[in-house]
Amino acid sequence: MTEINLENKSVRELNEKLQSASSGDKFSVNNTVGKHALSVGLTTEINVDINGHVGYYCAGMNQQAKIKINGNAGPGLAENMMSGEVRVTGSASQYAAATAHGGLLVIEGDASSRCGISMKGVNIVVGGNIGHMSAFMAQSGCLVVCGDAGDALGDSIYEAKIYVRGKVKSLGTDCIEKEMRDEHQKELKQLLKQSRMSYGVDEFRRYGSARKLYNFDIDKVDDY
Amino acid sequence: MCGIVGLFIKNPTLESQLGELIAPMLSEMTERGPDSAGIAVYRDPNDKGCKITVLAENLDFDWSDLEESLKASFALKKITVTQNHAVLTLDSAISEVQDWLNENWKELSVTSAGTNIEIFKGKGNPADFIEQFDIKSMRGTHALGHTRMATESAITTEHSHPFSTGQDLCLVHNGSLSNHNRLRETLRRSGVQFKTDNDSEVAAGYLSWRLSEGDDLDQALNHAIDDLDGFYTFAIGTRDGFAVMRDPIGCKPAIMAETDDWAAMSSEYRAIATLPGAENARIWEPEPTQIYSWKRSLE
Amino acid sequence: MSKDNPTLIESATFPRHVIAEIQRAAKTGIYDIRGFGAKRDIPTFDDLVFLGASTSRYPLEGYREKCNTEVVLGNRFAKNPIHLKTPITIAGMSFGSLSAQAKESLGRGASIAGTSTTTGDGGMTPEERGHSKTLVYQYLPSRYGMNPDDLRRADAIEIVLGQGAKPGGGGMLLGQKISPRVAQMRNLPEGIDQRSACRHPDWTGPDDLEIKIQELREITNWEKPIYVKVGATRVFYDVTLAVKAGADVVVVDGMQGGTAATQDVFIEHVGIPTLPAVRMAVEALLEMDMHRKVQLIVSGGIRSGADVAKALALGADAVAIGTAALIALGDQSPEYDEEYKAIGSAAGFWDDYQQGNDPAGITTQDPELAKRLDPKLGGRRLANYLNVLTLELQTLARACGKSHVHNLEPEDMVALTMEAAAMAGVPLAGTEWIPGKGGM
Repeated sequence: MTEINLENKSVRELNEKLQSASSGDKFSVNNTVGKHALSVGLTTEINVDINGHVGYYCAGMNQQAKIKINGNAGPGLAENMMSGEVRVTGSASQYAAATAHGGLLVIEGDASSRCGISMKGVNIVVGGNIGHMSAFMAQSGCLVVCGDAGDALGDSIYEAKIYVRGKVKSLGTDCIEKEMRDEHQKELKQLLKQSRMSYGVDEFRRYGSARKLYNFDIDKVDDY
Repeated sequence: MCGIVGLFIKNPTLESQLGELIAPMLSEMTERGPDSAGIAVYRDPNDKGCKITVLAENLDFDWSDLEESLKASFALKKITVTQNHAVLTLDSAISEVQDWLNENWKELSVTSAGTNIEIFKGKGNPADFIEQFDIKSMRGTHALGHTRMATESAITTEHSHPFSTGQDLCLVHNGSLSNHNRLRETLRRSGVQFKTDNDSEVAAGYLSWRLSEGDDLDQALNHAIDDLDGFYTFAIGTRDGFAVMRDPIGCKPAIMAETDDWAAMSSEYRAIATLPGAENARIWEPEPTQIYSWKRSLE
Repeated sequence: MSKDNPTLIESATFPRHVIAEIQRAAKTGIYDIRGFGAKRDIPTFDDLVFLGASTSRYPLEGYREKCNTEVVLGNRFAKNPIHLKTPITIAGMSFGSLSAQAKESLGRGASIAGTSTTTGDGGMTPEERGHSKTLVYQYLPSRYGMNPDDLRRADAIEIVLGQGAKPGGGGMLLGQKISPRVAQMRNLPEGIDQRSACRHPDWTGPDDLEIKIQELREITNWEKPIYVKVGATRVFYDVTLAVKAGADVVVVDGMQGGTAATQDVFIEHVGIPTLPAVRMAVEALLEMDMHRKVQLIVSGGIRSGADVAKALALGADAVAIGTAALIALGDQSPEYDEEYKAIGSAAGFWDDYQQGNDPAGITTQDPELAKRLDPKLGGRRLANYLNVLTLELQTLARACGKSHVHNLEPEDMVALTMEAAAMAGVPLAGTEWIPGKGGM
């Protein structure tokens, strides 16, 4: 376990060290005091424990690494993540997992607005609530919300799937509630297990695209 | 685009450290706002009379002339000069003094007026501002600060925030309004005066206009959601506390924190991280269009 | 006047093409979507001319007396700035809007000429990275195909806020061009109309942009120059803010800049011409004492070496071409005139890039049509064109006595019209008058 203290090491030194680490290496990062771009662009299967609150873009473009943040995260957590796992014990600010292609993001607390915006294959599990405009233009992947969802959920959604356990304040354009079939229950069960959220699959409802905006239709002009 | 910070002291024993606590917060916001900085500090109340902060164009302004003519026309208690600002403490009617200043001292610009508030603004690097105005030694009950990255209007001292919207009232803004030009003209016709082409000044003017129309602060902010278009996180200072509100789209960042000793807000967590007890503070993000406020009870 | 019936007079407010557009709108219920750039008549570089050698200024001899065209981009913060042999680069155009063969042609031609190409909305293809010696990777609001491996493979990163054809608009690709390969790259269902974001998903404003740039540098070990591209609107402020946010290079795209698809009203009515945009961008850089320290690339209607020379004389470090590059590859070619006519257009008028049925095989995903463009031949044609632009640039620079094209200055030019004089900030020919700045 290598300890990195941000009181006497720069963000550049931190990232350089983490980006050149070998699979299996373990790191502990301290004195984060809300700094930005911590632990970004990682490429190997390493373990990073970040102790404290972080600023913007923590774990940005993560590949393979397992990153745990013991604290809260600022905007753009795990943005464009490709693979690996990121877990936050506190809450995450807006744009969590924005445009991410793969991997798993677990937020034990709440996520703010635009959670999963433009997601492209990532799986996100939120233990608490999510803010407005979440899953905006979400293309693929799964967003699981164990609490409530804010306004305009899944606005302009493509093929991503949303599972919500609590209340949905309002649905976005072209997002509707959909039937939970066996394959969905299986997928959800697996995600809840992976994220260690102990809720029953039956407590969730599924939301997704009505697919009415896929090709322009003059009679849908109010939706634009 | 900018950085904003606000600090409200709940534990009276910390009032002597207000400046020490807010200076690092302001400093953390330098990258978001490298062009200029400003602070509104609430301290040394002059309940029987008023306090007016004025700004001169140059450091070499001769304050003695002003002092003499103030003594002659009003009950001037004291005049405290810092850099190119002066805080005038008078036991006179506030509007009379303001009108007189507008008439007779056109080269001075009033940055704030009220019983508790003082506003200082500086062009240039926030670190210099903190030093020149000796922010660290300020004591008081609450303060709002701002670091500016100018988007569409010029970088001058007058363009810096906080903008004063009325007695003991001020506004700091992070974001960019889109309908402020027409709104400025409309407000001008209702008698609001503007010194700059800055969008934030329009927001400040709008709020004071609503207040003068009989709204309380909450009502004025709710009206603002309908009438102001664009992106904004606002922090508003009042005599007794401060309020925070975000626009409906909610893209500009805002984070709030509270402990038994203080309540704070900022554009980024790292400013709040400088406060004692921040690691264990209750931390949350304000919901769009919700008004969050703290007030001291009147003693 | 109509030549068939001389008593007919066409309205200037409702000419035939406007009437046709209203009729089309009434029939279909949807706005007109097209490609290409602004077609209307606006002040361009044509309205500026150079003051060549005279009794007081001496020209350089061709060939022997060198006129250097080399340019370095991005040396403000990046470890590995871009070195180009010529200041004419290829602008961002997506695989999706263009065929794979077209992208390969651009890569081949640019590499022969010693310049860069730029990816577009949709990501980096192996063909383009393989054939383009210097590749700029665009970072767009949609983030289609964005990934850190490609980011590291790129030579520079271009954060796109907007483009000249549609400042404030996002990418657009209609169903007929979302082929299986495009769909896979963009992670979209095949055949649907792509809806694109117009704002970046994880930052808003120059204060956030600064943090985003920091993140991208951290991911790429501070090696790659970071460009910030804007469509020309409030150019002075945009360039100032880009510099403050930490850009190494600023790219400004005027309203004549092309697009693969957007609403016609967006193209024609939003954004300012390239001519004033260059001047305003340079003014912003000069005011911050950052001219030549943060480089400026200008695009939007660059057609000849004269345009390049004039952009450089106004203070740009380099230019980018998009539409002109496609024409060099074979777009609008008269050999396809019959086929253009068959789809309701004509060679020289074709602007329905969004349709995907381009007879030249350039702005299409149809494999049969795309086959028509031989990438080796296309590359050769582009390299020839770039060569001509560079030679023309040198000819004009030498005539003005310059041994490096960057030594061209605004004072080497005068304007032929008042609008151009005001926009470019150079005097009206024969006078010392710059409208708005005094003098006679």
